[in-house]
Amino acid sequence: MLAVEILGLEKVYATGFWRKKPKVGLKSLHLEIPEREVFGFLGPNGAGKTTTLKLLMGLISPTAGTARILNQPWRDPAVRSRIGFLPEQPYFYDYLTPVELLDYYGVLSGVSLADRRLRIPKLLERVGLAEQGRTQLRKFSKGMLQRVGIAQAVLHEPEVVFLDEPMSGLDPVGRREVRDFIHSLNAEGKTVFFSTHILADAEALCHRVAVLNKGELRGVGVVADLVAKNRSRFEIVWQGPSTVPAMRIFGNEPQVAGETARAIVKENELQAALAVLKSQSAQLISVNPVGGSLEEYFLQKLGESAEVPR
Amino acid sequence: MSRRIWAIAFNTFKEAVRDRILYNLVFFALLLVASAPLLGEISIGVQRVLLINLSLSAISIFGIVISIFVGISLVSKEIERRTLYPVLSRQVGRGEFIIGKYCGLAGTLLVNTAAMTAGFYVELLLMTRSFTRADANILIAIYFLFLQFIVIIGLALLFSSFSSPLLSALFALSMFVAGTFAVDLRAFATMAHGPEGWLARAASYVVPNLASLNVITRVSHDQLIAAGLVGYNTLYTFVYAAAAASGAVLIFSRRDLK
Repeated sequence: MLAVEILGLEKVYATGFWRKKPKVGLKSLHLEIPEREVFGFLGPNGAGKTTTLKLLMGLISPTAGTARILNQPWRDPAVRSRIGFLPEQPYFYDYLTPVELLDYYGVLSGVSLADRRLRIPKLLERVGLAEQGRTQLRKFSKGMLQRVGIAQAVLHEPEVVFLDEPMSGLDPVGRREVRDFIHSLNAEGKTVFFSTHILADAEALCHRVAVLNKGELRGVGVVADLVAKNRSRFEIVWQGPSTVPAMRIFGNEPQVAGETARAIVKENELQAALAVLKSQSAQLISVNPVGGSLEEYFLQKLGESAEVPR
Repeated sequence: MSRRIWAIAFNTFKEAVRDRILYNLVFFALLLVASAPLLGEISIGVQRVLLINLSLSAISIFGIVISIFVGISLVSKEIERRTLYPVLSRQVGRGEFIIGKYCGLAGTLLVNTAAMTAGFYVELLLMTRSFTRADANILIAIYFLFLQFIVIIGLALLFSSFSSPLLSALFALSMFVAGTFAVDLRAFATMAHGPEGWLARAASYVVPNLASLNVITRVSHDQLIAAGLVGYNTLYTFVYAAAAASGAVLIFSRRDLK
């Protein structure tokens, strides 16, 4: 079953006071996310990631299109109890303590008193705030608030969790903890849909990613495939700059530093390049694959015109 | 009341208490203490009239200020700070949110008014040494003041559902002032003809009849308040507040949260 199905959601904002000008927040978006998947929504700032999440949460109305969550219309109140949401840079009622805040959200989500009493301490323990449960949130750091935000998103044990920039503003330790938390949510069988502009997080966590830019979907792919696909170039380092003219036939201009030269060649040209070096009696130092990171795919997609795969 | 509305109302009350909104009670107490030497200079009958006027006017001013300035920020603050997002992403309707906020502030003002009323009666007892039947009549005037607060909260919520906090405060304050002179507006409407007459008549229905909810002078002079007026004012407030809240819900339900 699909956890999230976005069918042409589109958002155009009217900006200006007297003469309203249309500003596209999101162009017709089509996406399908199966259950139990960790799906990354990538894009630079202003790409339309938060707009998409706000549309799915019913915080803004679409100009066109619709969506289904867990096979139900996304605006159906019954769906709301089955999803969790962490907004970007969350801010909570700072006069409450985490225990009070989670209790409040628990009531709003229809969690019984007995379950709230059971789950809240466990959840605070899980996000590392067991000792701060009775401290007012106004005394919390950004990272601690982010943890409270994650706790409130999963308090009612939702099946799909939407996280908007969950690692934003966290230190490396905090980021690692949130990563582990997302892993554990997925291990529990939950679908996680999260937006980020930190590609390393997406690469470490996601099964699939979508790249969004200027409100347009630029591509969707399986992370493992994308990384393997891009790992198709090799760096050759050798000694003997006299071989440089012969190596120019592989396209890129080799870089020379003293006696050492370096060139990048495509996978299908590797054997030919090595043969050239051997024929010129150059001393081979190393051959290593280069690229292969999600970053390359991301940058490539940002540069391309729009495509709309699912 | 649904559990969700109750939770939102209670949270609103908690916010008012923890953000020290009820500190105005301290000012009220200081006002009563400070006025005691002044009242001691005049005869006991006039003292009573002055104390009733002074205390009920203070209850009114504190209540109106809280109704307007807390009322306009009930929704706008939640939007601005984005505390609304985790609430509305749950199965909480926007109508439930507005009603919960309304009830929360009304509850805060009920506690606030009750505390000031208790303070006033203590001061009255110290002054007159005993209560008379006419003193119970003062409770009706205070009840009417509370009804005024209910109307003003509704207007503040309505205005804040579509305009900035500054404009909302200005609109709500203007409606309060116009409502205080509602009787004069209605008299003018009956005398005016043509477009002015139509306009005045329309305005007299839109502007809340706060003049009818102010009987401070009457109770301070021991004039009895008819039971019919209590019923009429209660019904009027209920209808007016329901209309204002419905308008706020209608506008807020269509609003994009940025």
